Amino acid sequence: MDCVAQVRLEHISKTFGDGADAVLAVDDVTLDIEHHEFMILLGPSGCGKSTLLRMVAGLEDPSAGDVFIADRRVNDIEPKQRDVAMVFQSYALYPHKTVAANIEFPLKVRGVGKAQRATEARAAAEVLGLEQQLKRKPGQLSGGQRQRVALARAIVRNPAVFLMDEPLSNLDAKLRGDTRAELVDLHRRLDSTFIYVTHDQIEAMTMGTRVAVLNNGRLQQVGTPQDVYDRPATAFVAQFIGTPPMNLLPPGMLGTDDVQVGIRPEHLRLVPGGQLHATVKQVEHLGHEILLVADANGAKVVARLDPSEFVPEVGDPVAFDADPGRLHRFSTTTGERVS
Amino acid sequence: MAADTARGARKAGRYALLIALAVVVLFPIYAVVLQALKTGPDSLDHPRSLLPVDLTLSTIRAAWDQGDLGRLLLNSMFVSIVVTIGVVITSLLAAYAFAFLQFPFKGPLFVAFLATMLVPTEVTVVINERTADSLGWINSYQGLIVPSLASTFGVFLVRQVFLQLPGELREAAALDGVGHLRFLWEVAAPLSRPTLGALGLFTFLGTWNAYLWPSQVIRGDRAHETIQIGLERLKNSDISKINLVTGGLVVAALPIFIMLVLFQRQLVRGLTAGAVKG
Repeated sequence: MDCVAQVRLEHISKTFGDGADAVLAVDDVTLDIEHHEFMILLGPSGCGKSTLLRMVAGLEDPSAGDVFIADRRVNDIEPKQRDVAMVFQSYALYPHKTVAANIEFPLKVRGVGKAQRATEARAAAEVLGLEQQLKRKPGQLSGGQRQRVALARAIVRNPAVFLMDEPLSNLDAKLRGDTRAELVDLHRRLDSTFIYVTHDQIEAMTMGTRVAVLNNGRLQQVGTPQDVYDRPATAFVAQFIGTPPMNLLPPGMLGTDDVQVGIRPEHLRLVPGGQLHATVKQVEHLGHEILLVADANGAKVVARLDPSEFVPEVGDPVAFDADPGRLHRFSTTTGERVS
Repeated sequence: MAADTARGARKAGRYALLIALAVVVLFPIYAVVLQALKTGPDSLDHPRSLLPVDLTLSTIRAAWDQGDLGRLLLNSMFVSIVVTIGVVITSLLAAYAFAFLQFPFKGPLFVAFLATMLVPTEVTVVINERTADSLGWINSYQGLIVPSLASTFGVFLVRQVFLQLPGELREAAALDGVGHLRFLWEVAAPLSRPTLGALGLFTFLGTWNAYLWPSQVIRGDRAHETIQIGLERLKNSDISKINLVTGGLVVAALPIFIMLVLFQRQLVRGLTAGAVKG
């Protein structure tokens, strides 16, 4: 049986402005998102990920290409008729309405009766643990609670697709961690597709069933978080995913000739007589690991060491080696993966 | 210790200045109220006496009866309320269009719209009076009300507040299926309530105190006279009761005074709108 993609983007481009001032925000992106997927759109600021999401929502019109939701072309369909709900970075709650009224509002607009509205809003609030906050106004809630109200307002509509634009970026680190887990749990419980925009690779790696990495408006790679980490399709992806990022060495190092070579910090080993000679510039003790920052003929190299290993000091000459199977080769001209 | 003394002296100086300013502002009001509470002969005999001696409500009563102030107050109240509601509604609608809708020549149209603020009322009175005349609106409520139903200042004020609303609110509402009128009614207007309150209050005060336009459009028809026109007539009615008009003034100012007491917070918010963060 053919599985129909819940959301399909075909050769989508978006240009803002005209003539010499035109900015190409999204450049020929084609992407299939399956039913009940948790798709992450990941990339640095200005890469076009939010614009792409807004085109799915109908808040922006594509300059070229087609958007399909449940196999229906929706380019010319109003946002309210696309069966999508969106959670904004600022939550976009109505500050003068109570939590209950905020959650009920989409139902009220659809003409749902008062009693049924209240029942459905309460059910959505219960899913997110907001029963005690129903009579409060958004201004009386914490950032995490506001974020949950925004989610409840989306849930109550029972949409086919949830769109989330960096919904955790206004939360502190601890709350962000907790809410990540809650969102994953929510996705598991709901029969909906999630499309989630973030620039935070930790969110991408921990939440997504697949990740689409964008840069300069172009789609770089789509795959599971592990795929993207293990086999980055471009030098950009290689360096964007992972903390610290992958070392990218110029041709001629680690036994390569005409390609750039990438190696993850955890795959570099300190070996006397190793191929890659460097001088230690910095040693960072992080408790559970040590990051060794070294200079190899002008190229910055970071290695992740176990605290139980021998740790050289700043200024020491060191030599690294790496398993050839752990090396990633990228074209020096296109940046694309060679093997 | 010395610093405390200096701070105390500065504070005392500030209070002295504020008291002096309060006296300057309140003195004319005190003088008018005092005159209104004197009998006609007493105000003629001791026109400059500032001491409240032998006060009486007889002058105010006389003003009320001779000036038909009850009718005038009702007229002014009716006209002011309708104009206020009209200005708030037209300001909301026009401001919404200028803030949220996209249409050709929006920028130039708004500039042209604002430019009308540069034209003094006095310049337009004659042509407006002719228009009212040609429409048969002389000596009518339409003549008093309709020309004041839209306010450039009101549109500008409300538009500025709308522009400060987060764009994501409009987008969230669009995704929820909310149309323009519903967004205006359920989201934009409630969030602009302090500004709308101030606009309403300013409009009410302006309409209540208006003299120039009502004096052009109401020509001796007592049934449609507003309080300010009536006071002018009262001033010339009885030369032996020189303070009759002050009694009328006190009556005319009373509703305004009550409004100011009730809505002073709105007024202050309106005056400081956009001046302070948050």
